[in-house]
Amino acid sequence: MTPSPGTNAKCEVSFTVNGEAKKLLAHPMERLLDVLRNDLKLTGAKEGCGEGECGSCSVLLDGMLVNSCLVPVAQVSGASIDTIEGISAHALMHPLQEAFLECGSAQCGICTPGMILAAVHLLEKKPEPALAEIREGLAGNLCRCTGYIQIFDAVAGAARRVAK
Amino acid sequence: MNHAEEPILLLAHAERHKLRRAIDAISIEYEPLPSVHSMEESERRSTIIWGTDNTFKSYLVEKGDADAVWKDAAHIVEGEYFTGAQEQLYIENNGVIATFDPENGVTVWGSLQCPYYVHKALMALCGLSEDKVRVVQMETGGAFGGKEEYPSMIAGHAALLAIKSGRPVKIIYDRMEDMAATTKRHPSRTRHRTAVSKDGKILGGEIEFAIDGGAYTTLSSVVLSRGTIHAGGPYYWPSVRIRTKALATNTPPHGAFRGFGAPQSLFAMERHMDRIAQVVGISPVEIRRRNFLKPGQTTTTQQVIREEINLNHLLDRALELSDYAAKKTRFAEENKDGTRKKGIGIAAFLHGAGFTGSGERYLNSLVGVEAGADGNVRVLVSSAEFGQGTNTVLCQIAAEALGLPYENVSIAQPDTTVVPNSGPTVASRTAMIVGKLLQSAAKGIKETLTKTGFLGNDFTPEQFRAACREYIAAHETLKSYARYEAPGDVYWDDEKYRGEAYAAFAWAVYVAEVTVDLPTYAVTVDDFVALQEVGKVLHPVLAEGQITGGVAQAIGFALYEKVVWQDGRMINNQMTNYIMPTSVDVPPIRVFFEELGNVHGAHGAKGIGELAMDGPAPAIVNAVEDAIGVRFHSIPLLPEDLFEALRPAPLEQDAPSLTRGTA
Repeated sequence: MTPSPGTNAKCEVSFTVNGEAKKLLAHPMERLLDVLRNDLKLTGAKEGCGEGECGSCSVLLDGMLVNSCLVPVAQVSGASIDTIEGISAHALMHPLQEAFLECGSAQCGICTPGMILAAVHLLEKKPEPALAEIREGLAGNLCRCTGYIQIFDAVAGAARRVAK
Repeated sequence: MNHAEEPILLLAHAERHKLRRAIDAISIEYEPLPSVHSMEESERRSTIIWGTDNTFKSYLVEKGDADAVWKDAAHIVEGEYFTGAQEQLYIENNGVIATFDPENGVTVWGSLQCPYYVHKALMALCGLSEDKVRVVQMETGGAFGGKEEYPSMIAGHAALLAIKSGRPVKIIYDRMEDMAATTKRHPSRTRHRTAVSKDGKILGGEIEFAIDGGAYTTLSSVVLSRGTIHAGGPYYWPSVRIRTKALATNTPPHGAFRGFGAPQSLFAMERHMDRIAQVVGISPVEIRRRNFLKPGQTTTTQQVIREEINLNHLLDRALELSDYAAKKTRFAEENKDGTRKKGIGIAAFLHGAGFTGSGERYLNSLVGVEAGADGNVRVLVSSAEFGQGTNTVLCQIAAEALGLPYENVSIAQPDTTVVPNSGPTVASRTAMIVGKLLQSAAKGIKETLTKTGFLGNDFTPEQFRAACREYIAAHETLKSYARYEAPGDVYWDDEKYRGEAYAAFAWAVYVAEVTVDLPTYAVTVDDFVALQEVGKVLHPVLAEGQITGGVAQAIGFALYEKVVWQDGRMINNQMTNYIMPTSVDVPPIRVFFEELGNVHGAHGAKGIGELAMDGPAPAIVNAVEDAIGVRFHSIPLLPEDLFEALRPAPLEQDAPSLTRGTA
């Protein structure tokens, strides 16, 4: 699925990743996912489908939840990106991690970085989401192991922890 | 070539994008030969593509005199049932890295389930000795059977390229490649002809079960075996004849997927039970109640049920938990009006844990435990973690066997230079078989320390640490191994397919509640109760996760996941058009356990991993029939199929058959 960069000249792209300014040379159509994983060695975003269906490559782009496999790197020029690696200091992280552990919300773990980012994104907008809102908020992130039930429990549990 | 995804040429390049140009520069000339793309074509034998009869394997199970049952039958109930291919759809595609140097041989790191399967394949492929092949299982992003045999292929490709180039080679499939080329669940067809007494007792019958194996044998004979043994469900058959076969077609080989043949033949059995109930004129609950296996009775392979399982009790509890009776009445009333029809359906089933028949004996698994001078213990097994909780549960078993805190136990990365061959991570065997061996191996460490006088019978972790330190100072290492020994009383006849098929069965009754939305033809599952008896539950959170995950995959199997074939190729090999359940598609999945002990498993555990895949599809399709009164015999059951079945019959033509949907 990787678009072939061919022989076209690379461009300089500047953006912020996890609060750090980055400047690199890349083909403008290179996928943000590949730049993160190969150039910046941030391997937390995973490739599951390469077509924006599974959400394993989710990152926050200026606060929006996006599939990094669908974003050409030229499009993030000047933008601010948060990956799973950078989100560890976020106030929601500790409650989410605890709740995921407690509920058994990660089985194989491949969807987990994307799921956590989707959960952070959701809880920032809706600190006390109803179950239907949790389902909707995670609908762009596929999990083949858990049947989602434990993930719903964890997101609801994390919200309760934060509310206390 | 026997199928369209068969590898012809391996190409590697240090710069991935240049490979595209290399591929564009190659042209391959094909001379088309006659091909076979369905089981029906295969068994017609007008084109022979495998052996003399297009059949990889067949089994015959006979119990009693199946020919004598028809004359006494008040009812003879026939049915034909179909299940489609299903893609495992682990979120991480197949991927490996291989290196080669003449001194150390080949090393492969990969996303896989069975390191020693890959090890064996690479020895054969590369002509290398045991010590010149090393396979390391890396963190694996889901498997579900889909990484049981295919990793041997992709590891082989990477190893050949590494040997040829002298450089490390990485192959990672993209999603389209993975879906098109790797193994899927075998499509199946089951035919039932059942003799039933006036009061709804099964007198006997014939079951024919056929699976589409694809272009090569691979695991089809073993999948067929499990499908065969499970074909009679959790019911008592005084006599029965079960004929089964795995047929060759020119599609990529089908393979292991959670349940391994059982979800296919159990779908048929559990749909057929509802049909028998209708013919007899009793309820789906009552027909099951009258035919459940009881302790002391024998299965279709004449295995005596020795466990004190009470399936009527399991059924009662499932009905209560799902509020079945009240809902059944309410839905019947509510369905008189409106366009959203509700239904409720049940499925009762069993799943044999571990390898079939003599399988565990051939595997001859070896499990090790190693203690360090720091008193920490390491589990040495080739069982792989890919989300099921293997690492947690095995460490827990070792800790309990040694009386140590869980924190003092770790598990070695499955690396064939470090861990012994404890068999593949398949067949719901890890907790039960490997776990039991691990218990023995761990006790061996304790016995070594007590017999040599370094440790008393009662000890604290500190005393254990001191004993390890002293023992290792004197003897260098402290390891203990345990090898599988077949229980003496287990009888299995591979020729007649008769005897004790499994060391233990898990048992379950599932209840599904659905809504059929008539304007859109969409089926949604609104509530799901999963009640099972899996022996001792070793880790409640992980066990529940196995069930919810299996139920969700089975909802996909029943209602969403359709592999579209064209000339033997999957043409919807993308997540965009092969649809698995998302977070908005799953119902509340309510999981409950009954616990009976099991002498064969660690702490009384049985297998759990595959069970949940078996029951949901028939329970859901039974519920759809309850909602709209239309009999569907084929899954996946998509809105298009409901549309075809429910639209008015075209004039002057035969009414569309309801028996197969539009499959």
